[in-house]
Amino acid sequence: MTTDNTNKRSSAFEYAPAPESRAIVDIAPSYGLFINGEFTEAADGKVFKTVSPASEEVLAEIAQAGPEDVDRAVGAARKAFEKWSALPGSERAKYLFRIARIIQERSRELAVLETLDNGKPIKETRDADLPLVAAHFFYYAGWADKLDHAGFGRRTTNGHSGRNPRPLGVAGQVIPWNFPLLMLAWKIAPALATGNTVVLKPAETTPLSALFFADICRQAGLPKGVVNILPGYGDAGAALVAHPGVDKVAFTGSTAVGKQIARTVAGSRKKLTLELGGKGANIVFDDAPIDQAVEGIVNGIFFNQGQVCCAGSRLLVQESIHDELLDSLKRRLSTLRLGDPLDKNTDIGAINSAEQLSRITALVEQGEAEGAERWSPACELPSSGYWFAPTLFTNVTQAHTVARDEIFGPVLSVLTFRTPDEAVAKANNTPYGLSAGIWTEKGSRILAVANKLRAGVIWSNTFNKFDPTSPFGGYKESGFGREGGRHGLEAYLDV
Amino acid sequence: MSTAAPHALADVTASDSTLRRFLHGLPGVDAVGLEARAASLGTRSIKTTAKAYAIDLAISMVDLTTLEGADTPGKVRALGVKAVRPDPTDRTAPAAAAVCVYPDMVATAKAAVAGSGVKVASVATAFPAGRVPIAVKLADVREAVAAGADEIDMVIDRGAFLAGDYLKVYDQIVAVREACATDARLKVIFETGELSTYDNIRRASWLGMLAGADFIKTSTGKVAVNATPANTLLMLEAVRDFRAQTGVQVGVKPAGGIRTSKDAIKFLVLVNETVGDDWLDNHWFRFGASSLLNDLLMQRQKLATGRYSGPDYVTVD
Repeated sequence: MTTDNTNKRSSAFEYAPAPESRAIVDIAPSYGLFINGEFTEAADGKVFKTVSPASEEVLAEIAQAGPEDVDRAVGAARKAFEKWSALPGSERAKYLFRIARIIQERSRELAVLETLDNGKPIKETRDADLPLVAAHFFYYAGWADKLDHAGFGRRTTNGHSGRNPRPLGVAGQVIPWNFPLLMLAWKIAPALATGNTVVLKPAETTPLSALFFADICRQAGLPKGVVNILPGYGDAGAALVAHPGVDKVAFTGSTAVGKQIARTVAGSRKKLTLELGGKGANIVFDDAPIDQAVEGIVNGIFFNQGQVCCAGSRLLVQESIHDELLDSLKRRLSTLRLGDPLDKNTDIGAINSAEQLSRITALVEQGEAEGAERWSPACELPSSGYWFAPTLFTNVTQAHTVARDEIFGPVLSVLTFRTPDEAVAKANNTPYGLSAGIWTEKGSRILAVANKLRAGVIWSNTFNKFDPTSPFGGYKESGFGREGGRHGLEAYLDV
Repeated sequence: MSTAAPHALADVTASDSTLRRFLHGLPGVDAVGLEARAASLGTRSIKTTAKAYAIDLAISMVDLTTLEGADTPGKVRALGVKAVRPDPTDRTAPAAAAVCVYPDMVATAKAAVAGSGVKVASVATAFPAGRVPIAVKLADVREAVAAGADEIDMVIDRGAFLAGDYLKVYDQIVAVREACATDARLKVIFETGELSTYDNIRRASWLGMLAGADFIKTSTGKVAVNATPANTLLMLEAVRDFRAQTGVQVGVKPAGGIRTSKDAIKFLVLVNETVGDDWLDNHWFRFGASSLLNDLLMQRQKLATGRYSGPDYVTVD
């Protein structure tokens, strides 16, 4: 099967640039740490710069938290905990609903801000991130006064035995740069709903939306100290995790850092949840709805430039349709639009940082050196900023590095299989277990295969769909604990 | 009979069972995914020069249609003149692709567009239900072609299709194709709203193309659900795959319910990102519409003057 328009960009109908206006967001030249309801400088006066990955333009100067600031913030959170946890659930819900509504009202502003700071397309921040952020606050606001009925505590008829779930105390939370505001929402919404207070460290490359969120907390009249935001580097994260005043640690990020955190927390009374790396298998059977599978594959690995821990980065295709599917996939990739993330028509934005770009580049070069076949559509990369063209590797085997290591970039490794058993064996043959996808028109096969896959989330005939009601988390080196849904409450409750 | 299928797929139409096996062996359609893709393409932001280009392209793709029992020669003449020169105040506006009328109005329409290059399309084959004997359908087609129709829009026998009698539908399309001879291009209307599933729409698309359709068309405009971004996307995927397999290019015509420039541009985006340049002209893509043209003209005037004109600045029919 051949197609004429593979690798050809449309010329008759070129879309004119349609940039979203930056005017809606007012970025100050500098920002402080948010401790006890106030913006404040770092104790040692250190600052760092955050840049726009699409242009390398400096957006703002940010106070950089150190151990002393962590101590202050944990102290503020501990003090606030007494009052906050004593509030009736319905009162806490009011604050959360208010935050959710403010997020909706300011969603365009936050979307533009997130796109500037992270490099992801405005299409994604506007249509995926921000609606989900608001939805998470709405969802957990709804739980705040129903914790006794969430199924964790025991209610008895005589009132003497059993107890209702209680908050843990101060939650120390460290989040990554790929979905800065969404990861903040996943962490903060359930923590507050269950009566905990929070010290959160956003990633050093994407601190801005968390600082805007601090402003939203003030706008919502949230009591001082309930939420504290400490932008900074890994040392601040390590200090937060190790701080004796922290009762609960939640981390989303790399498996390597997750292991360090587990070592730090081991033996303490702290509760821990980890959401770590992944190398998700996307399994396409020969009776799959091909056109929709192609969309799902694209969405699975090129959404957010592939910088998604649950990305479908390993495509397992049934041998009989390999060529046909690859033709379709290549044709589809040729229509992806890479460029200015603020352009409403952009599908692929910038890689978050120079550091991440070099990591992707190194892994891709290793893939080539190991003999996998590399392909990218004809694609012009902007001259400034951090960019990587959507990339496919074919002729990949389980022994290739690109089939084993998490690349965290727009790079898809294509493998084949002949039988469902082989598909399952290959899909499970990874140290990770966060996500998987199954594409087939046969319902019984979806259920049979899903039952055998060891992954926290399994999508069938779709990929990368998120909802606050649905728990998310991993197996094996992808971490433990669940975020989202009723399960997400458990991590913040003494049950 | 049954000889129209392109060489590469000649065996497919050998019997009822081979045809059924082939059509049911086509890849399935996941409705949620299809609609999500169509919706996401609908969010493309088309501005300035691209918008001006798209509006003119859409105007040139309109099959200006009147299919009322109350049609008069006067109305058809007015339609023909309008198709040739859509905006009397601005001669730079392109002509529409065709006027689409009932067979008894073909001669009138033909006279109205004479010498302009605008085509006359006619909905023969007992439009819109198609529930008459094949002999009557063929007679309908022959009369329309004899009266000068450049294009025939035929409805398929949905009853036979839904009953799984694919070969009957196929044979009828082949017969109509032969009745058109080389004088008229054949557009095959599936009435997608009555086929009810996307799998059926894909099968019907392939059935029509195997039987020699020059165009596949969503609907008559006479039922509740007509052209949608999703069913048009699906048909575009079908013509793309059909060309890849046989080398034969087939046109696509969404019809019914496309009323605004914004809608039309969304359909053009579907064409652009699914099949690309090769289908982006009125030989391969059409809009079956009656009220769309006026909205396109008003948007065109808005782009030219910076102000909205209003319905009194375009002609009523």
